Amino acid sequence: MHPAPSIIAFTALSGLGFGLMVFLGLMPGDKAPWVMGTFCLLALALASLGLMSSLFHLGHPERFIKALSQWRSSWLSREGVLAILTLAVFALYGALWVLTGAQLAPLGWLAALLALGTVYCTAMIYAQMKPVPRWHSPLTPGLFLAFSLAGGALLAGEITPALWAFAVLAALQAAAWRKGDLAFAQSGTTMNTATGLTKGEVRLLEAPHTGPNYLMKEMVFQIGRKHTRILRIAGLTLAAVLPLVAILLFEVKHTLAGLLVLSHVAGLFITRWLFFAEAEHVVGLYYGKR
Amino acid sequence: MTYQPKLDTSPPVSDEIRQTTCYMCACRCGINVHLKDGQVHYIEGNRDHPVNRGVLCAKGSAGIMQHYSPARLRAPLKRVGERGSGEFEEITWEEAFELAKSWLTPVRESAPEKLAFFTGRDQSQSLTSWWAQQFGTPNYAAHGGFCSVNMAAGGIYTLGGAFWEFGSPDWEQAEMFMIFGVAEDHDSNPIKMGLGRLKERGAKVIGVNPVRTGYNAVADEWVGITPGTDGLFILSLIHCLLEAGKVDVPYLARYTNAPVLVGDDGLFVRNSDGKELVWDRVTNAPQPFDAKGVKPSLYGKVQVDGVAARPVFELMAEAYRDPQYAPEAVAEATGIEAGTIRRLAAELAQAAFDKEITLNRPWTDFRGERHETITGRPVAFHAMRGISAHANGFQTCRALHVLQLVLGSVECPGGFRFKPPYPKPVAAHPKPHHKVTPGKPLDGPHLGYPRGPEDLALNPDGTAKRIDKAYTWENPLSAHGMMHMVISNAHAGDPYPIDVLFMYMANMSWNSSMNTRGVMDMLTDKDENGEYVIPKIIYSDAYSSEMVAYADLILPDTTYLERHDCISLLDRPISEADAMADSIRWPVVEPDRDVRGFQSALLELGARMGLPGMVNEDGSAKYADYADYMVNHERRPGVGPLAGFRGEDGTGKGRGAPNPDQIEAYIENGGFWLDHIPEDALYMRPFNVAYQDWAVERGLYDAPQPFLFQIYAEPLAKFRRAAEGHGAHQPPDHLRPLLMKAMHPLPVWYAPDGPTEGYPLHAITQRPAAMYHSWGSQNAWLRQIHGHNPLYVPTAVWEAEGFEEGDWATLTSPHGAITVPVVHQASLNPHTVWTWNAIGKRKGAWALSDGAPEVTKGFLLNHLIHELLPPKGDGLRWSNSDPITGQAAWYDLRVAIKKAPAQTASSPDTGRQTSPVPAAPKHLEVGK
Amino acid sequence: MTTLPQKTEKSLGLVIDLDTCVGCHACVISCKEWNTGNYGAPLSDQDAYGDVPMGTFLNRIHTFEVVPENRPAQTVHFPKSCLHCEDAPCVTVCPTGASYKRVEDGIVLVNESDCIGCGLCAWACPYGAREMDAAEGVMKKCTLCVDRIYNENIPQEDRVPSCVRTCPAGARHFGDLSDPTSSIFHLVEERGGIDLMPEQGTKPVNKYLPPRPKDTELDVLGPLLRQESPGGFLGWLDQQLEKL
Repeated sequence: MHPAPSIIAFTALSGLGFGLMVFLGLMPGDKAPWVMGTFCLLALALASLGLMSSLFHLGHPERFIKALSQWRSSWLSREGVLAILTLAVFALYGALWVLTGAQLAPLGWLAALLALGTVYCTAMIYAQMKPVPRWHSPLTPGLFLAFSLAGGALLAGEITPALWAFAVLAALQAAAWRKGDLAFAQSGTTMNTATGLTKGEVRLLEAPHTGPNYLMKEMVFQIGRKHTRILRIAGLTLAAVLPLVAILLFEVKHTLAGLLVLSHVAGLFITRWLFFAEAEHVVGLYYGKR
Repeated sequence: MTYQPKLDTSPPVSDEIRQTTCYMCACRCGINVHLKDGQVHYIEGNRDHPVNRGVLCAKGSAGIMQHYSPARLRAPLKRVGERGSGEFEEITWEEAFELAKSWLTPVRESAPEKLAFFTGRDQSQSLTSWWAQQFGTPNYAAHGGFCSVNMAAGGIYTLGGAFWEFGSPDWEQAEMFMIFGVAEDHDSNPIKMGLGRLKERGAKVIGVNPVRTGYNAVADEWVGITPGTDGLFILSLIHCLLEAGKVDVPYLARYTNAPVLVGDDGLFVRNSDGKELVWDRVTNAPQPFDAKGVKPSLYGKVQVDGVAARPVFELMAEAYRDPQYAPEAVAEATGIEAGTIRRLAAELAQAAFDKEITLNRPWTDFRGERHETITGRPVAFHAMRGISAHANGFQTCRALHVLQLVLGSVECPGGFRFKPPYPKPVAAHPKPHHKVTPGKPLDGPHLGYPRGPEDLALNPDGTAKRIDKAYTWENPLSAHGMMHMVISNAHAGDPYPIDVLFMYMANMSWNSSMNTRGVMDMLTDKDENGEYVIPKIIYSDAYSSEMVAYADLILPDTTYLERHDCISLLDRPISEADAMADSIRWPVVEPDRDVRGFQSALLELGARMGLPGMVNEDGSAKYADYADYMVNHERRPGVGPLAGFRGEDGTGKGRGAPNPDQIEAYIENGGFWLDHIPEDALYMRPFNVAYQDWAVERGLYDAPQPFLFQIYAEPLAKFRRAAEGHGAHQPPDHLRPLLMKAMHPLPVWYAPDGPTEGYPLHAITQRPAAMYHSWGSQNAWLRQIHGHNPLYVPTAVWEAEGFEEGDWATLTSPHGAITVPVVHQASLNPHTVWTWNAIGKRKGAWALSDGAPEVTKGFLLNHLIHELLPPKGDGLRWSNSDPITGQAAWYDLRVAIKKAPAQTASSPDTGRQTSPVPAAPKHLEVGK
Repeated sequence: MTTLPQKTEKSLGLVIDLDTCVGCHACVISCKEWNTGNYGAPLSDQDAYGDVPMGTFLNRIHTFEVVPENRPAQTVHFPKSCLHCEDAPCVTVCPTGASYKRVEDGIVLVNESDCIGCGLCAWACPYGAREMDAAEGVMKKCTLCVDRIYNENIPQEDRVPSCVRTCPAGARHFGDLSDPTSSIFHLVEERGGIDLMPEQGTKPVNKYLPPRPKDTELDVLGPLLRQESPGGFLGWLDQQLEKL
């Protein structure tokens, strides 16, 4: 799949923002209003930035409101509805805290629940895609949630949950790659089933057009194996292993926390880029590509 | 629940439908052009039209994009830069006509042969040849010589017609269909429709072609033959059929010259009336072949008036039963296993004889014999350029017709059937004419079918009368002329220099020439005085083609939707086996540029020069335009370009006075006219009295002309005899061995001449179904399908050379080298590489960007092919063509392949031409 | 929970005969021509005469090779457009409801005025049947020529999809695949019509008729057996001539 920057930014940033909201909702602690306010603004900014960048992906962003109508069937619609609800509830929760000092825990729990739900919906947009076997797995929402929680915990400065979240994240990411590498073959979709031609090996002789097309640009993206290995190692290390080790070995204070956030975000973007770039759509079979 | 919007499922389609004839290729399908707000909106096939019955190919539907092509020329152009540069200024038509006239009139008055007038893929040869004849130059032809003259001439000399426009398989009744060397171009919709019918009925389709694409992809069996060996394969099939006694003896005896007696001199034995004699088994004496009640023998040496003679059949059986044609003997050369050849022969025999059709339809033959039934042999064949564009193509085409004849499947139900005005034997065609008188018309039509050496176009000193050297000993039966030799010969001044080269719709500086680079050089070469060796070039085209850059004066043509045309029975007909038909084009929209239909421009030029037939007595133009000519010109009294709606009341069929409302009648009728052949005249037409009489009534013939199919072609025997030293007309000595090799009165196979050592592979081209010649690349939709052309390489070569996806290779022939992208193909003859034809484009042409894939990755194989064979060391120029007809031997190309480093562009680079048209738009939203 | 109709009154669709398709691209261009001027936004072309021409097409032909063991390789031309699936995943992923499957005939359509151009439906389709138009920013797909098949402004016999009307070889058939009395239903039964990617669970309406067995040898060599005549070749010839 084409690793579109707008989508990578959308999923990565909104995941971080909603993750932060989870921890601000569940474990607000006794932050001073201005501290809480800063955290809340950061969470809202990340989530909103992510959501806004998703609009860049649309052919008709001015019609985005229509995307809220199909929540009964569409994960994207659900994601949109939940995202707005989350932002609204979280903003109310934060505003009350900061402006009136009212710390309404149930509202925080609700915001956290909604935030988790939003991230789950985002993940399900991809996980539901049967034609993309690598994505079509419960590991996809698991991974998205783990990223969101790990990043959120780190941003919120909740070190113990972060430790666990990074451990789970590393395990899930490794599992997702391991399983994902086999997923296409296990999907049972081959050039034979794609064409119904079963009497021998099937290969593409001529593509429909000598030039590119939307499908190839959007859904047929190829990267080299060597390239992938390096990126995987870098992504996993930066996103999870390094923070995990750092937390275990050092006391995480401001500077280190800042560095770990940078490391995690860099790793997040690398792995998210890989999430798309490595995903193969079965339509590639019609172009002799997989 | 789903929200389901309310849809208007009955929107208006268009404001108006105008029915005309397609010209996106040479098929000439009927089209419905939908207009919206006066603009072309949608084009679909005309359901009533005999050619396509409603269907339309990719090119046809893409006609809208050709019509709106950014490459359309806008006004007459006069060259201001060097030839080849593409630098022009726009001039008025008045200036253009006067300039052309000032070049042509002195030529006509002094030496008309110094005009060479050749047309490419036009469909108005009846007009253009007449114009050239009135001008008086012997140097006229269309593009048949480099296209498929072997197919046409092989057919005429054998059956009185060939495939495509001449006749078609009986798609409704054939049980087995064999197709040779056909890519998806000529006759494409009818063949596709026919294949669909065969498939529907479960008939077996066999594709013989080195490449398995298109029709060969759907064939039930693919015979991946090695190029140039089709004749050998066919003669081996005939061998098997003869050995097995699976030939239609009664058919051969009655309707072919199998029983005709051949003397020791190789010529037919005739009576005093000139009629061919057969040996009658009843009277045990020689009788004319058409005598009533004759029962001819097919074997045995007899004496007629003291001359020993044997029937053709015996000669044929002797020739083809020879072990050299046994499947085992031809397997290696053809690449077809012996068992497969035997099996295919068996299948042909089974279909022809075990599935015989009997129609209860009484008819009377030319001997006066009445038949209660017609026997059908449901085996049909079709072939095209793949078998004809070889130096042995004429004989291969003849061999295929002889195969049809021994199976008895020509002109019968289930077999191959002619389309009016065919069949027309050689005797019904003119001989070539070439007598030049300054200031006067030529003595007759240029192109014809020689009967013997006496009909060659030679001066007393043996030099050629024609610039293309058609009808010389080098290629005696060059019935379509040799367009591919014109520039080469004119440049060499051999046989003489010319003054004006005038061409229409022929991309000679690109894909329509062998040796493209060489032709570019010849067109731009200058003599010691700094003058161009070919002094003046006039060219007419509708689009900014490569050839435009190489002309001095451009007459811009219209698109096919803006013009009048007649698809005439005098020219290249569109009849069906069951009906005669012709059609028109008419301007369904008016041009928005200062352009004119070439034919109208030609008539005006003729009138300005005062050419006979084109001016009235007072010197004024006789025809206002082409439409006027189509209606009012009469070739013979009552017979004109259009056969339908003749006579003052518009009821005349084939014959009748000009009808001023004729074009309106055609438009009213959907753009065509069709007249069904009566039931009793539908089969066995060369021999069927009912058909012969009907054909005379319709003006197809002036008198009945029944004839026998010619297994043995006597004209070839005459040339062979001359080569042996007999007769008044003698070839130059150096050509005698070649004539002896090629000029066999019975079809033979010989390997094409030229070096093979070091060039292990055959290289061929095919035209894609969705592109027509060079035209398609300016078409925004079609060029997305075929924007560049890889070289397809068979598995064995692919692996041996270690090719990988994305690789490039250098292809070398005895003449040159090109470096091009390669692609692996498994369904390909193991000794053959190929590519799509004419996709590569020159930078600056066709209004494409300089970085267009057609320019950077596309390529022409033409650079590897020379119009001459490599020098043999004897100092002579040996033509790379069929020694019988002069057909360009495109497919005899041999090459070597070698992996090359990755390239940014295919080579050779032929430079850039300045575009005479404005830059094309970037994005399109057609129909918005 | 789905917004696909539980059942459609008809299942209109195409049957494509891979044994007959010669790969001529007639359907591709006819489709482009009809649909660029009719339903919804035009099918635009970017860089139409330039270095990388790329346009929107609703129907494309792929060419495959099948390489069986011990037989010549086969070439198969393979037209592909929307299959109008019963369980169309492209419909259920749509966040705006722009994509829908019609209750009356099962045609899957995009209501372009509701389309936000998110592209998710194209991802959800395993077949590559949907293409986003780069100029208009809306998703385009085969409409089964919904503006032809019921169109009272065109003759009854022409009320079929443009691709079907134009196909020279007759390799494309149109009809109601849920109607066991229809000729198209019989064709599928008779020829063993198949679904593409059945494991994707989309239940396509369109069916493909596989190529018939090719390059199989005829085992009847009977016709080649010499008809024994006492006199050899000439004896046989005499017999034949007696028939005159």
